[in-house]
Amino acid sequence: MITPDSEGGEMALVGVVQPPMANGEPVFEAPWQGRVFGMARALCERDIFHWDEFREKLIAEIGADESIGDYRYFDHFLMALTVLLEEKQLFGVDELNGRTHEYSERPHGHDHST
Amino acid sequence: MSKHIPPKHIPPKQSPQAIRAEALESILIEKGLLSSEAVDEVITRYSERIGPMNGARLVAKAWVDAEFKKLLLDDATSIVEEFDFEGGQVEKLVVVENTDNVHNAVVCTLCSCYPWAVLGLPPKWYKDPAYRSRIVREPRELLSEMGVKLDDHVEINIWDSSAEIRYMVLPMQPGGSEDLNEEQLASLVTRDSMIGVELLGS
Repeated sequence: MITPDSEGGEMALVGVVQPPMANGEPVFEAPWQGRVFGMARALCERDIFHWDEFREKLIAEIGADESIGDYRYFDHFLMALTVLLEEKQLFGVDELNGRTHEYSERPHGHDHST
Repeated sequence: MSKHIPPKHIPPKQSPQAIRAEALESILIEKGLLSSEAVDEVITRYSERIGPMNGARLVAKAWVDAEFKKLLLDDATSIVEEFDFEGGQVEKLVVVENTDNVHNAVVCTLCSCYPWAVLGLPPKWYKDPAYRSRIVREPRELLSEMGVKLDDHVEINIWDSSAEIRYMVLPMQPGGSEDLNEEQLASLVTRDSMIGVELLGS
């Protein structure tokens, strides 16, 4: 059973920081977008940070984006999350870069084809 | 600065962001800051609560406005088009009404067709072969197992969704909610009640 105040309000991602929405919910174009959204919410719910702190970082990331017509909300979302976590000294970006590199070297069924 | 990105066939998993997100999650898990279950739970919660809000709005309006209810039951497709829910692509939508004597439930026996324009993402069990076969073969028993205990006199109708036509259940208004306004009523309407596998207020 849901209650009248159970959704939306606390998230307060409105205005410039509102995620792409359809059908009243955030639209994830790829599974990883759902994962980062879920990570941010889960960390917030565990009081690792306050949602307002995250929102400030997200606003800054979006504000720094000067690209036109190629708006990538969840790229900013991921960046804002890593910036905040590093600022809180919960992990180092070097560590993330290292792990990312390691993962990207994994053999995979598909080739990168940009 | 505008970058031209050609149409791409990179599997989502291969994108640099996807790998970075995966790396981030694994580090955060190692550090004990979160668990993958917690992330799953957030995603599920959002798809259960936020997704079905459009359907819930239709149901609440039908409860308070008899004329609207008639229109909804006659031609839900047009109603949904009028509401202009984001997400486009509205297939033919049929709304079926639960009453004291008739209970409706929705399934897609072939795959997982679902009225996502009004209900958001389908729950995992909706795609489960067990649900898809048992709701047709032994609806009363399965519904009972899912918490919907129906009196023997209640007729059960199972609606099989397809690519062309989607169904949504108009659940019965829970007793004691007569004084609530439309918005409050909408908040009472659950996704499962609009699939027909939950009775509200029970």
